[in-house]
Amino acid sequence: MTSPQYASEIRAPGKHRLLLAGSGSSLRSHEVLHGPVTRYPTARRGHVGHFIAPIEDSGLRGRGGGWFAAGTKMRAVAESAAARRKAPVVVANGMEGEPRSHKDAVLLQRSPHLVLDGIALAAATVGATATYLAIHEGSPVYRTVATAISERRNAGVDPVPVELVVLPPRYVASQESALVQGVMGQVAIPAWGKRPFEQGSFGRPSLVQNVETLAHMALISRHGADWFRAAGTRDAPGTTLVTVGGAVQAPGVVEVDTGTTVSEIVSRAGGASSRVQAFLTGGYGGAFASASFADARWSPELVASAGGVVGAGVLVAIPASACGLLETSQIVTWMAAESAGQCGPCRFGLSAIATDFELLAAGQADPHLIDRLHSRLGVIPGRGACRHPDGVVRLAASALTVFAADVGMHLRGHCNRSAT
Amino acid sequence: MKMTVDPTVCAGNGVCHELVPELIALDEWGFPILGTGASDRTAVEVPRAIATHAKRAASACPKLALKVK
Ligand SMILES: Cc1cc2nc3c(=O)[nH]c(=O)nc-3n(C[C@H](O)[C@H](O)[C@H](O)COP(=O)(O)O)c2cc1C
Ligand code: SF4
Ligand code: SF4
Repeated sequence: MTSPQYASEIRAPGKHRLLLAGSGSSLRSHEVLHGPVTRYPTARRGHVGHFIAPIEDSGLRGRGGGWFAAGTKMRAVAESAAARRKAPVVVANGMEGEPRSHKDAVLLQRSPHLVLDGIALAAATVGATATYLAIHEGSPVYRTVATAISERRNAGVDPVPVELVVLPPRYVASQESALVQGVMGQVAIPAWGKRPFEQGSFGRPSLVQNVETLAHMALISRHGADWFRAAGTRDAPGTTLVTVGGAVQAPGVVEVDTGTTVSEIVSRAGGASSRVQAFLTGGYGGAFASASFADARWSPELVASAGGVVGAGVLVAIPASACGLLETSQIVTWMAAESAGQCGPCRFGLSAIATDFELLAAGQADPHLIDRLHSRLGVIPGRGACRHPDGVVRLAASALTVFAADVGMHLRGHCNRSAT
Repeated sequence: MKMTVDPTVCAGNGVCHELVPELIALDEWGFPILGTGASDRTAVEVPRAIATHAKRAASACPKLALKVK
């Protein structure tokens, strides 16, 4: 889970927007550094607020993993609120359930008021009458965030004060349909057939956005859409946070323009600390990519075309000394245990492939294991109430390709490497 | 007409597969696979010719997980 050390570690110089030095966690130091937020009047029921224009022009896409257009989602929430005659809710996703990601914690620790400005802007745009910020139990940023929220409450800066919600640190609790149940005091497990923008918290249309997405909104309100687009690629503009880990000199969170090469991102984290055989991209529900992935450019589509996943911005360098299959086995076992256990293919399927990988990594595969594993990987996706199993299957399938040589060796019963 | 299964409610006893094997396959754990699409196999279009069978399967589902609309 998130280690507190990351909350104060920002690596390397570069174009810093979200991670601008010296922003501080007080409202005053925040406004001195970034200037005052541009406020927009709250949208009337049945309308979408004026901030929708700069958001749509900016091309901002969600940083929680899916890279969905923020403007499109805000419009859907406002429209669904009009159709249902219900006031919407905004839920900021600061859960950061992915164990290898620390970017949301770093952001909330460094600049909680950017996120809180973003929540206020999002609320005004969709006409929300309630706003929540969800973090997980044991989060290292609890105190900073709670203090920032009460400072704003006392100063009366937000028409709709933010409520801090602390939820169990389960991987799937941060999936959006689980999250909207969690903020209303129910068990945070994914729901089937209830889309948050239609029926979210308290049965109200709910806008769920990652905290980094919201922080970008706070900067777009100040500097405009053109400024935002001055960094990054045309299709996924702006800067983005990446948690770089594994075999690098200085693991931590970096802010880069989208489109930056993977090798540049690695050098921003101090460079490789030993020979790199592969990368874990996107996190435990992402994909392994081979060493040549170093040439790929960091945007959702460009990374996907190189066999990786940007997801929530995780990049882990796997050293040549590590056994990729053992690594995979440990991840799949952990992810299987994180299943909410309510959908058969996820509950039984993930633990079955976890066992297959354990046997394979231990050099104890039976002659049918590989065929069986491939057929299981084909059968599981697209059948759960959420995308948790699909992510695990993608990661497992990528391991069989990227570590194909090791698969051959393990089938003959040898492995001379260990887990990282 | 569309058939859907709510995977959070389905108990995996396979009754539905026996009634409409044309639409529903079972995995090795006994849970239904609807159609052949890769990204969503919790829903499938029902051809008119087997609409009656599909409806019968839905009403036979002991968990009310299977719906035809
Ligand atoms: C299993 C699972 C886990 C997820 N965990 C997170 C998370 O920890 N943080 C997050 O922001 N989004 C997470 N998401 C994505 C959310 O469902 C949601 O799409 C996102 O918060 C929307 O924000 P965005 O559009 O600003 O990215 C997860 C999704 C799945 C399927
Ligand atoms: S797919 Fe898995 S994690 Fe998602 S709701 Fe179903 S059981 Fe839970
Ligand atoms: S009959 Fe109902 S509960 Fe049984 S497997 Fe089919 S959908 Fe699931």
